[in-house]
Formats: sequence, C-alpha cells, structure tokens
Amino acid sequence: MTAAPAKTQSSAPTTKAGKAADYLDQRTGIGVAVKEFARKVFPDHWSFMLGEIALYSFIVLILSGIFLTMFFVPSMGLTTYHGPVATMDGTQMSEAFASTLRLSFEVRGGLLMRQIHHWAALIFVAAMVVHMLRIFFTGAFRKPREINWVVGFLLLVLGLLAGFSGYSLPDDVLSGNGLRITDGVVKSIPIIGSYMSYMIFGGEFPGSDIIPRLFTVHVLIVPALILALVAVHLVLVVVHKHTQYPGGGRTDKNVVGFPLFPVYTAKAGGFFFVVFGVLALMGGTLSINNVWNYGPYDPSPVSAGAQPDWYMLFLEGSLRLMPGQTEYVIGGYTLSLNVLVPAAIIPGLLFVFLALYPFIESWVTKDTQPRSVLDRPRNVPTRTGLGVAFITAFVVLVLAGSNDLIATHFHMSINTITWVFRFAFFIAPVLAFWVTKRICLGLQRKDRELVLHGHEHGRIVRTEAGEYFEVHKPLNEQERWLRVNYEAHAPLALDEQPYHEDGTKNRKYRSAKLRSALSRFFYEDRIEPVTLAELEAAHHHEPHEIADGSDESRQQLS
Amino acid sequence: MSDSNLVSTSSDTEVATSEQFSDPGVPEHKLRLGDTDPKAAKRSERIVIALFGLSILGTIGMMAAYFGLPQDTSIAGVRIQNLTLGLGLGFALLGIGLGAIHWAKSLMSDHEVVEERHSVESSPEARAEAIQKLQDGVADAGVARRGVLKGAAISAVALFPLSFAVPLIGEIGADWNISKFRHTVWRRGVRLATDPTNRPIKASEVTIGSAYHVIPYAEDIDEEVRPGSHAWLDEKAKAIVLMVRMEPNELKEEDDRKDWSYEGIVAYSKVCTHVGCPVALYERQTHHLLCPCHQSTFDMADGAKVVFGPAKRPLPQLPITVDSEGYLVAQSDFTEPVGPSFWERLK
Repeated sequence: MTAAPAKTQSSAPTTKAGKAADYLDQRTGIGVAVKEFARKVFPDHWSFMLGEIALYSFIVLILSGIFLTMFFVPSMGLTTYHGPVATMDGTQMSEAFASTLRLSFEVRGGLLMRQIHHWAALIFVAAMVVHMLRIFFTGAFRKPREINWVVGFLLLVLGLLAGFSGYSLPDDVLSGNGLRITDGVVKSIPIIGSYMSYMIFGGEFPGSDIIPRLFTVHVLIVPALILALVAVHLVLVVVHKHTQYPGGGRTDKNVVGFPLFPVYTAKAGGFFFVVFGVLALMGGTLSINNVWNYGPYDPSPVSAGAQPDWYMLFLEGSLRLMPGQTEYVIGGYTLSLNVLVPAAIIPGLLFVFLALYPFIESWVTKDTQPRSVLDRPRNVPTRTGLGVAFITAFVVLVLAGSNDLIATHFHMSINTITWVFRFAFFIAPVLAFWVTKRICLGLQRKDRELVLHGHEHGRIVRTEAGEYFEVHKPLNEQERWLRVNYEAHAPLALDEQPYHEDGTKNRKYRSAKLRSALSRFFYEDRIEPVTLAELEAAHHHEPHEIADGSDESRQQLS
Repeated sequence: MSDSNLVSTSSDTEVATSEQFSDPGVPEHKLRLGDTDPKAAKRSERIVIALFGLSILGTIGMMAAYFGLPQDTSIAGVRIQNLTLGLGLGFALLGIGLGAIHWAKSLMSDHEVVEERHSVESSPEARAEAIQKLQDGVADAGVARRGVLKGAAISAVALFPLSFAVPLIGEIGADWNISKFRHTVWRRGVRLATDPTNRPIKASEVTIGSAYHVIPYAEDIDEEVRPGSHAWLDEKAKAIVLMVRMEPNELKEEDDRKDWSYEGIVAYSKVCTHVGCPVALYERQTHHLLCPCHQSTFDMADGAKVVFGPAKRPLPQLPITVDSEGYLVAQSDFTEPVGPSFWERLK
C-alpha cells in the first residue's frame, strides 16, 4: 500500500504504480495517511516485541481457528464413533468429540492446525502476561497511557476467557471435568449460584447446550471483542507514540528510533512470520492435548495428575489451598466460602489490583506530566517490589495447582506441600517485596557510587608518599546520563487538617491521610540521583582517576 | 545524528540549569561491517537470499508431504504427516521472517531518527469550539425546554432492552427448576451395577478391600434416562457411587446409619462435595478416598468425613441392602443433595 506516494497536485502520474496510487488517493485520500505513517518512528528494544508476540499469536489463532471451524461440529448430540482410532471404535460420544477425532486423524493437516491452535493459545496468554509485566516494571502505564493499560488488562481477561472456552470444546474427559469444576464454583455464588449454573448449562450439568454456547463465545463473541480492543490498543499506541527507554537524546518530548517503512515493516512483518513459524514447528513436533487418549466426556472417570492449561493453574491452586472448614450455614442457607474465596475473591483482588495500579500510583505520586521515557525498574523500588510480590503470589498459586505433581515427582507428602503453600501465599509475597525493594535500593546506590567514583579499574598505584589507591575510570557521559537522569519522587505531605478552623470536620482529611500514608509507603525510602555539585565535590576529594586508561595516573595529590 | 539541543525535561525545574547534568544527546552512530565493507554487505545479501530460498523449499516440502505421503490414519501415520507438514510450514514461514529481519538489520539504514512527540490533548481553542458545538446542539434540540419529552425519551430507551433481555433470560436456563439438584435416579430397589459395563453386583462377589465404581442398573431405572439417552449423562453426573467393602469392625457408623451398610459394604456418592469432581482414588490401607482435582480426602471408614483439603462436608451416603437374589440394591435415593454446595441446599 506504500508503493508510491499518492499525488495531490495536478501533474498526471506516468508510472503504473503512480496511476494506481492516484486512482486510490482520489477515492480515499490515502496520501495523507501514507505521509503521516510511512516514516513514523518506533524505538528499538527487544522488550517491545512481547506485545507483538501476543498480537501475532492472536492472528495465528484466527487463521488456524478458521481452519478448525471448517471441520469441527459444535454439538453434544450423541453419535457412535466408527473411525481410525481403534480404541474408540463403537464408543458413544458427542458430535463435538467425534469431529475432533475426525479432524485430527482424517483431515490431513488437521492435527497440525489443532496443535498450532493450542500452542498459539498458550503463547498468546503468556505473551500478554509478560508484555504486561514489561509495561508494569518500566512504568509505561503512566500518563497518558492509563486507559491503554486498562484496555490491555481487558484483553488479558478476554484472552483467559477465549482459552477457557476453547479448551472445553473437544468435549473430552479432561475438559468436561474442567466444566464440572466451573459448575461447582458457579453454584457457590450466594443467592443466584444455582440459577447461574442453569443459565450456563441450559439446565442441569452437563446438559446439551454448553458446547454450542461455548462455541459461539469462542468463535464469535470473544474474538470480536478482542479484535475491537486490539484496534483501540494499537490506535492509542499510535496516538501516544511508543515509549522509549532512557538514554542520551531520549526525552518525554521526542521519540528516537527507526522509521516504520522500511525498517519496521521488515522487522515487525518478518517477526510475524517468525512467530508463526515457531508455532508451526511446535505444532509439528510437540504433541498437545491428545484427546483420543482421554476419551469422550463421561461424568464418572477422572485421571490423577491432570492439569489445566497453564493460565488456569492459579485458580486451580487457589481452590486447592483453601481449607474446607470455611463453609457456613447461615439461617439455613449455605455459604461456601471454601469455594467462593479462592475462586472469586482472591483472583478478584489480584485482578482489581492489576487494573487499578496505574491510578493508585498516580494518586500517591501527584505526577501530572506526560511520561514517555521509561523507568529503570530499580529507580522505582516500591513499584518493582509490588510487581515481584504480585508475581510471587501468582507463582505460589500456580505451584499449588501442581501440588499433586510435585508430590509424586519429589516423593513428598501432598498434605505438607499444601500446608507450606498455604503459608507461602501470605508470607512469600511480603518477603519478595522486601527483598526486591532492598535490591533496587542497592542497585541505585551502586549507580551513585559509579557516577561519583567511576569504574573500578583493577590497577593499584603507589604514590611517592607510599599511599596505595585503586585507579578509577570515570563514566562516559552516556553512562552517566543513564544513571542520573531520573526523578526520585518524595512522599506527599499531609496538607489537610482533621478540623476546619470553625471546628467542623474536614471531609477531605481521611482521604488525604490515606494518600499521604500510601505515598510514604511508596517513596519514603528513596535514593536521589547524583547532582552535578555532588560529582564535583567527589572529584575534588578524590583525585584517584584516570582519563581513558592513560598511563599517567598520578595526579596532583593534596 | 547526535542532537545536542535536546534538554532533559524530567529533572526538577527549580534547579538552575548549570547545576544539572546535560543530556549528551543520541549516542554516536556506529557503522556496521556491511556499511564499510562491500564484501560483508554482499555476504548479508546472500544470507537473506538463502533464507528466502529456505522458505520456498519449505513450501515445496509441505506440498510434497501433503500430496506424497500415503493415506495412513493410524496414530503413527498421522504423527509422520503432522511432523512433515509442520516442518514444511515452519521452514516456509521462518525463512520469510528471518530473511526479512536480517535484511532490515544488516542492509537497511540503521540511522536513528528523532521525531517530536506532540501533546495528546486538544488545544484550548479546539476544546472551546467543541464545547460550543455541543452547547449549540443542546440548544437546537431544545431539551432544556421540553422536560417531559426528555423524560419520555430516556424512559423509552431505558426500557426497550427488556424486550431483548427478558426472553433471553427466560429461556436460557431451560425450566429453571433447580430442585433437580436434590434428586437422583436412585430409589428403593435399584440395583448397584458396575460402571461402565452395567452389570448388577452381588454382595457375595465383593471382597474385603475392593472398591467398585457403581452406577444404577439400567433396567431398574426409567427408560428415558437409561445409558444411551442424552438425559443419562445428566443423571449419571449425579448418580455415580463409589462402593467399598471393609471389615465390619473397621467401620465407624452413626447410630441412625447402622442399617445403611451391608456386612461392611458402604456406598457413597462419588461426586465431590467441594466442586463436584468424581472422587476416584481409593487407598485400601487407610480407607481414604482422595479427590484428584483438589485433594479433598474422605475417610470411607468414618462416614466419608473430610480429613484433608478444601471440601467441608462428608460425601452423601447411599443406603444399601441386598435383594432376594443377593444383588446389592439401594434402599432409597440419597437423603441429601449430592455434589457441591449451593445456596439453598438445605432449604
């Protein structure tokens, strides 16, 4: 589409491409768009590819998904299987399961597409999560990008929903048990739980509606929402222009990088093919979800050691950790906190924290400037600590979701493992927060040390007076700029009084107090960047430096 | 490319400029080998061509596998097809991707470009104009003067979704008769049969220490819910039972349940009281029954009480006895709803 710049002046184009562009521009005005976007600058960094992986896996999901819909029958109607899978011959099963077998065994390339689709789904969610972590730890969610953070958060939720609805479609024993767990969780919802279960399954579990309903959710509703939100996500990236890592010449008011055409067209376009290619190799070489080994859904059998897809493990772990004593009967009504807390409240809290984090941080920082230069994670120790604490809580839940495999692989008592994780869920994030924050502060101190005193050089020099010292090599100006160009936010002062002068209560006081307390939590411990004056003072006191490793290091000694 | 005019904006504004470090500008551009050595550039070009060539070979290989491999639908045959098709597709795609990226990295210009970032917000004039236009629109519509009309419009728009939502909600839960949770197909005289072979079980064949996966015997239940019908899955989901036999003196039984077992044979619902997984792992030595989903552990010798894990309630017990021919039969349905808890379970 960028074959030739569209002409706006009256001079008639002569080349073929020129004529085509002229035809298009007279009907669409595309010239303006090409002029605007063809050489749009994008900064370069490997971590900016994480979101691309998510986007490209989504495209692969659509392509492989279209292939699968041509052969999959989303029906729970019963049929007796006769086909190449000998162990299933004569078995009664749903049309959904039978068509899954058919498209795996009798459609050439069908199994490949199924496996690519499943791997792409796992990578899609993983890439979104890692992309979100990158955004979090570098502070890329700050003004003006808070809304785009929320859009990305919604995309993650939709991604989980897409994965869950798709996983259940083959109607095999494992996915059926997943649905059964869903049913149990839904039933635990107070007051409306039983009716919610009827709503989802069109009556009692399993009924005959859930597969067609999930199919519609999986191939229409969720992908449509994802596509719409991806569009919003990318438009906002264009509106804001991409963030960039700190460094010489990079400010909040510019963007330093390479033009979209041709460099990023080639790099990003090529990267799509790489992602697709890797997924194709995975689909070709790594088998996944061999449903013919599990058999069609039957409410009775279940196998030990079954695991959901990785992004559902945290829910599974959360369910496993909760002690059962917390089911109560109140006035004759059953309140299953043993299910409700781990399946709804804990994930709810984790997700609300994620969704709201940019607003919380901006509230306690009172930073009103648009920020496009990314933070180095060490320079915002509390945020980095909170992020690592969040990951730790998530990982504990994921591991708890595999506690049976840990028990069998490492010959440990499952009860002990469960108890360890029950405590770890509360203790490990706090420890992780504290350790991470200390590491960040330590790294900041190291940066100060480097700026003030330079690199260690390994060369010991003796002066005429017999004094020994190690020669340090000062940082070059790029190295120094990276380490001094950040802002160490100070806690907000509490500027409201509990009572007005006339003795009435100040309604703003409580929120101001909370704000100042949170702000202290965020910014009380901080390392200020080195100032020029400090650097000069350090030089004055310590002349133990060499410029560029020259031999002459004995400078004037006071 | 270094742009020394750029000044940092992120330091505090109070500090005088002379006391700040100054932005050294974009680092100096380093030339690549290919920028100075035409031979290296030529080599990169050949690598790119080779990668695109690899892609073409991949596509050809995929086509060859698609048309050439024998029609073999055994698991091994399908695996071979899958492997060759996947490798072909993978190389076809990777060749293009790696070729394009290598081209961009080694041959296209790598001079960094600086572009100004403009503020996202609209200018004050644009804002004022936008607000003015909205106000003009409101004035044109005359909403402020026509209160009743406004109310009518809002009411109509607020109400109309009901005509979409009510039928949807009305129909989506079928008959909404949630009392079905309370009943299973077990009733007096229904024989206990093996799952899935559906063979009635005689008490005499159940040895001590053995565990049986049990379903209601097909011929003893209504025709429309027998195996093979669709309703059977719904019923089976509630009716599955795990039956074990132990020494009668190992069995701890509540007084009112003494006659629910038969010579050390006890039958309990197999649907976990946590979230409904089939509880299937029986440990003969300890009489413990473990749910493989979330590890709720029930003591089959002691009323299937929970000894570990996230479940709270014991598994519901199916009262059993033997009929005149010696077959194990149910005395009644379960006396409480099976499976996970729900709000009105005890109502």
